[in-house]
Amino acid sequence: MKARFTITALVALLILCAGYAALFIAPDEATMHAIQRIFYFHVASWNAMFCAFFVAFYASVAYLVTGKRKWDALGVSGVEVGVLCCTIGLITGPLWARPVWGIWWTWDAKLTSTFILWLLFIAYLLLRGLVEDPEKKASLSAVFAIFASLDIPLVYLANRLWRTQHPQPVIAGGQGSGLDPTMSKVLLLCLLAVFCVMILVLIDRYRLELLRHDCAELKFEIESRGLDASEGAATPALQKGGQ
Amino acid sequence: MKNFEFLFTAWMVVWAVFFAYELSIARRITQTREEIERLKQQLQQR
Repeated sequence: MKARFTITALVALLILCAGYAALFIAPDEATMHAIQRIFYFHVASWNAMFCAFFVAFYASVAYLVTGKRKWDALGVSGVEVGVLCCTIGLITGPLWARPVWGIWWTWDAKLTSTFILWLLFIAYLLLRGLVEDPEKKASLSAVFAIFASLDIPLVYLANRLWRTQHPQPVIAGGQGSGLDPTMSKVLLLCLLAVFCVMILVLIDRYRLELLRHDCAELKFEIESRGLDASEGAATPALQKGGQ
Repeated sequence: MKNFEFLFTAWMVVWAVFFAYELSIARRITQTREEIERLKQQLQQR
């Protein structure tokens, strides 16, 4: 508990440092000026999303190979956190686009493939809610997550393969790409801050999923003894304050 | 600072979304733990 508090405090400090660096230390970009500073959190949220979806992909493959429930728990946790990071990217992107492009959104290859990715993983979460049998739910989810992950390379490569309204990559983007050294350091700090937050959230989401598995097993045991698992449970109304 | 409102909103969105999600997980963990305790008690009683 103490270790967790220390880690959370360190990550909070990292967030403050990253925020300060992005807003006050990073130099103004020549054409976009201050609004370009959204870049530091926009890119960091996409980076966190790629990592979370990679965790989900790896866990889904591992579940199909081993059949262990812990991989299913990690898979759904990765997807939920990935969707969260994707949502942040889809909100911060238009907030950057509006003052720079004059429009909130355009259906170019990069933005469209990203939106499809978001929809695919939302569908994954909805699918899990529709299937009752735990084994079937885990298997179907793993297959669906692997299928949805096929869109990830497309999202990453879209502005490298096609001409898009979305800017060309500034990191590893070939000739003419690159960042000012101070901007690079600030970006690294922001990438690290958002990545650490994503990992903390992912760990907590994974713990929740393991607890849910324990809960489901207990319910199954009670029901197999011919008892009522909902006996003594607070009703939704009571949980909301006893009204 | 020009376009400060967009920059501020984007910055707030990132941390507000993470914070709200973390709060929701903490609440769900507490509820699930309570449920597990109740089920364990039910098993012991029978």
